[in-house]
Amino acid sequence: MTVAGEWYLTLAAMLFTIGAVGLLVRRNVLVMFMCVELMLNAVNLTFVTFARMLDDIGGQSVVFFVLVVAAAEVVVGLGIIVSIFRRRIDTTADDASMLRG
Amino acid sequence: MTDAVWLIPALPLAGFLILLVAGRRLGDPLAGWLATAMSGASFLVTLAVFIDLMGEPGEERHVVEDVFTWISAGQLHVNVGFLVDPLSVTMALFVTGVGTLIHLYSVGYMHGDDRYPTFFVYLNLFAFSMLTLVLADNFLLTFVGWEGVGACSYFLISFWFERPAAPSAGKKAFVTNRVGDFGFMVAMFLIFATFGSLQYTEVLEGASTIAEGTATAIVLLLFLGAAGKSAQLPLYVWLPDAMEGPTPVSALIHAATMVTAGVFLMVRVNPFIDAAPDAATVIAVVGALTALFAATVACSQNDIKRVLAYSTISQLGYMFLAVGSEAYAAAVFHMVTHAFFKALLFLGAGSVIHGLHDEQDMKLMGGLRRWMPITSATFIVGWLAIAGVPPFAGFWSKDDILANAYDVSPGLWAVGLVTALLTAYYMARQVFLVFFGDERWKAAAEGEGQAAHASGAHGDFRPHESPWTMALPLVVLAFLSLVGGLLNLPFKGTHHLETWLEPVFGEGGKTLHHLTLSASTKLGLAALATAASLLGIGIAYLIYLRHKVREETVEPLVLRRAWYVDPLYARIIEAPGRLLSTFSANVVDSKVIDGAVNGVAALVRAGGSRLRVLQSGYVRNYALAVASGAALVLGYVVVRAGG
Repeated sequence: MTVAGEWYLTLAAMLFTIGAVGLLVRRNVLVMFMCVELMLNAVNLTFVTFARMLDDIGGQSVVFFVLVVAAAEVVVGLGIIVSIFRRRIDTTADDASMLRG
Repeated sequence: MTDAVWLIPALPLAGFLILLVAGRRLGDPLAGWLATAMSGASFLVTLAVFIDLMGEPGEERHVVEDVFTWISAGQLHVNVGFLVDPLSVTMALFVTGVGTLIHLYSVGYMHGDDRYPTFFVYLNLFAFSMLTLVLADNFLLTFVGWEGVGACSYFLISFWFERPAAPSAGKKAFVTNRVGDFGFMVAMFLIFATFGSLQYTEVLEGASTIAEGTATAIVLLLFLGAAGKSAQLPLYVWLPDAMEGPTPVSALIHAATMVTAGVFLMVRVNPFIDAAPDAATVIAVVGALTALFAATVACSQNDIKRVLAYSTISQLGYMFLAVGSEAYAAAVFHMVTHAFFKALLFLGAGSVIHGLHDEQDMKLMGGLRRWMPITSATFIVGWLAIAGVPPFAGFWSKDDILANAYDVSPGLWAVGLVTALLTAYYMARQVFLVFFGDERWKAAAEGEGQAAHASGAHGDFRPHESPWTMALPLVVLAFLSLVGGLLNLPFKGTHHLETWLEPVFGEGGKTLHHLTLSASTKLGLAALATAASLLGIGIAYLIYLRHKVREETVEPLVLRRAWYVDPLYARIIEAPGRLLSTFSANVVDSKVIDGAVNGVAALVRAGGSRLRVLQSGYVRNYALAVASGAALVLGYVVVRAGG
């Protein structure tokens, strides 16, 4: 049996919303980071779904680019997080607010 | 040989470049000799070109030598090219000839000066600019030379910048000349708008075809430029002050060559003047008034160089009187003879100043003829030449101008005659004060000598004759002042200069032997001019040698102050200018300009302080902004798609 494309899109929208809300409400840097990944992959899911629904391989290939960029972003992001944790143990995103106007 | 004409300005340019790089290493006197050699070589090339041109038949004496294309933009094509014709070669001959003599003189005069090589750098640059000016084949290149000589004039007037008067005199010359340059430039624009070209050959050919109003405008604007450069009313004020420069500079730039550039320009554009009789009248009247005005001032000056400066202004007025009378050959003739005798007089004055250890006040001189025989003999030749005593050069050229002026208007002639009388008078006054009479410098020197005696300097103060480098130019120029009239005698078959220049003037130009005046009228005019000269000399003799009248009574304050023209200019130009600049500084600048700048800054600061609260530093705030922004865009798209 095949599941209709709308279900996948609904799932992706829910995942994206969870990610976005998580990013806004959580203070833990690592959790925020995971939320970003959640959003990225929700988008990936939509891409794949549309590729399937519209019978267009373009959507699938974009996903590869997103994966690559996301991997690079993870490296940079984790690098920043590690260097923050080196300076102070148990920190939240709000502690890193020295660049405010 | 005419294709080597580019060498004429190139040689002084080479001298300028070499001296610029290696002048200090060459030092005193080698730098001076190099500059003199370059100027002399340039003279020899000019001579060769002149002989070559003489070999051509009259109507073919007009060669344009293009060196390279300088500007090519749209309609405007300007070449760096040289026009070889009788007029330009005549100018180049006396510029390089007199210039070389003055270079030679400077070798002796500037000896011992701290900035000796620099002086010759400027002098060679001047020679280059002046030759570019006279040889150029288009208005723009002439203008380049025109500005070049102006800049050199500025450099050289302010050469001794330690004296506070020198730089301010230089600035005065520069600023006054700007007024004239404005006229020159507008005239160029007008010429280009009318003809689409700046080439002399093309423009002058079309001069008779344009409307008289346009021709009048062009001539008057060019005359404004000429009046600035050639020190005519009302722009003459810079020339007397220019005497702050070293004396060879006064001789070269402010007597013989640069100040005649204006006359040259007017002669060059003579077809326009023929086409604009009203403008010609203006030129003649301004020239005559300047001649008379400056001559009156010269009668009461005590500075040996200022007398000569006012005399130069007066003689330039004569030249413009000739130009305005459309007697261009007479103007060039007087320009050449004036270059001889006025350079001679200035160099003689320099020799006197040198011999008396920088004394310039004629009232503190006297009786110098026994101490400085060469200087006094040559100076006297120059005096007789400028006074118009036959058979010296000045007599012939002045007579030529006066006869032409008489033909145009007896009124102008009368002004010229009175000027001739005054000229003879003030020059005789100068000669008597400097070379004859009591040795007044002795008293002055003794007073000074006692003060200086303790230090051992000036122990035996005595005027001394100048070295041969200074004496030789004096002798050569004295010879030329004596025989210069041979260039253009008013007898049958002897007006060489007129015949030579004829191709340049075309139909319109008048010459003495074309005048309708009868021979007896001409003779009568010459006799009157001679009588006026002798009368002037006689009056000066009675006052300054016989002391029949107290000197002070014939030197009223108003003349010693030069008719109060400088204070007048200060009143009507400087004072409003000062008011305007005060207003600009205190109101426009501090309120309007600063207000605008500070207002923008305050606005940005106020805006920034309100906007900075948005930058909280909390990532979630930014994320919220991004998310709500995305939601807004999305909502808009959905609504639009739905609608």
